[in-house]
Amino acid sequence: MKRHTLIAIFILASFFGSATAFADAASEAAVAADPVAEKRLQGLSEELRCLVCQNQTIADSNAELAQDLRREIRGMIKDGKSDKEIVDFMVARYGDFVLYRPPLKGITLLLWGGPIGLMLFGLFALQRYLRRRATRINAEDHPLSADESSRADALLKEIDQK
Amino acid sequence: MNRYYWVLGAFAALVALLAIGLNLNPRDVPSPLIGKPAPAFNLNVLATPEQTLGPKDMLGKVWLLNVWSSWCVSCRAEHPVLVEFSKRANVPLVGLNYKEVRGDGDFDMSKMPANEEKKLAFQRANQWLVQHGNPYTLNVMDIDGRVGIDYGVYGVPETYIIDKAGTIRMKHTGPISPEDLSKKIMPLLAELNK
Repeated sequence: MKRHTLIAIFILASFFGSATAFADAASEAAVAADPVAEKRLQGLSEELRCLVCQNQTIADSNAELAQDLRREIRGMIKDGKSDKEIVDFMVARYGDFVLYRPPLKGITLLLWGGPIGLMLFGLFALQRYLRRRATRINAEDHPLSADESSRADALLKEIDQK
Repeated sequence: MNRYYWVLGAFAALVALLAIGLNLNPRDVPSPLIGKPAPAFNLNVLATPEQTLGPKDMLGKVWLLNVWSSWCVSCRAEHPVLVEFSKRANVPLVGLNYKEVRGDGDFDMSKMPANEEKKLAFQRANQWLVQHGNPYTLNVMDIDGRVGIDYGVYGVPETYIIDKAGTIRMKHTGPISPEDLSKKIMPLLAELNK
C-alpha cells in the first residue's frame, strides 16, 4: 500500500516536473526561433559556469541567474557579437571562474600542469624503485656454490625417484 | 626508516593542501572588477522615481553600493549591520534594489506588463524599508537585473566599495557581518577617505 502511494507520488511529481520543463522550453523557443542562433547559445552556455549552482553550466542550470545570462547571450547573438566577444563579456563580469575550461596562464599553471607533473613524478619514482630493486636482486643473485649445487641435484633426484 | 619520513612528509603536505582547500569559501569568487571603474548605470531613484542616479554622480566621494532585495533572506540578516553602519559612518550607502519583483519567484512574469512590474517593485521596496528601517542614503531600482549582470552580481546581498575616482576597491559577497564591517570595511573606508 505504502509502496503504491510512493509510486503514485513519483509519477505525479515527474509529470509536473516535465510540465514545467516544457513551459520553460516553450517560452525560450518563442524568443529565439532561429535554430542557428539557438545552437550557438547552447554551445556557449555549455562553456560557461553558473555562479549560483557552481557545478552546473549555464545550459544545465535553471537558476534565475543562468536564465538571465542565457537571455544576455541570446541578445548578444542577435546583435551579431562573436563567440569571443560574448565570452569576454562574461569573463569581464564574473572572472575566469565563469569558464568551465579555465585559460592556461600563470595562476592556473598548477591546475593544468599539476596532474601531469604528479604523473611524471610517479613514473620517475617507480623507475627509481624498479632500478634499485633490480640491482638489489642482482647483488643477491650469486651462482650456487659447488656444495649447494650437489645438494640441489640430490634433492631433485629424490623427487624424480618418487 | 628514512624513506618512511619521506612518505609521511608527502602525506602531511597533502593533508595541509586539502585543509587549505576545504577552508576556502567556494562562494568567494574573486571579482575581476576590483581596480576597474564601476560599470555605468542610470537607474530610477526609489524615493524620487522621476530622478535617476549613476556612478558618475558619486564621483569625488567614497561610497558603498549594496545590492539587496525584499525577497532576499540573507539581506534581512545583514540589515541591522547596515543600519548600524549608517549611524556610525559618514559614508554614502547606495542601495541597488535587484530584481525586486521578477527575482521573487512568486510571480508569473509572462503575465505581468512592465509598468505593473515597475509599480509593484517600487511599492514592495518602499514597504520593506518602512518595515525594517532605511539605512540607505538612497536606492536605485534595477528591475530587470541588467545592472546586476554588469556588476557580476550572483548572490544577493553583495556590497561594493567605490573610491573617489569611481574605481571599485572591494567586493563583499553575502551578508556583511559585524566583524566584516569593523575589520575589513571600516579600515578600507578610512584609508580611502584620507
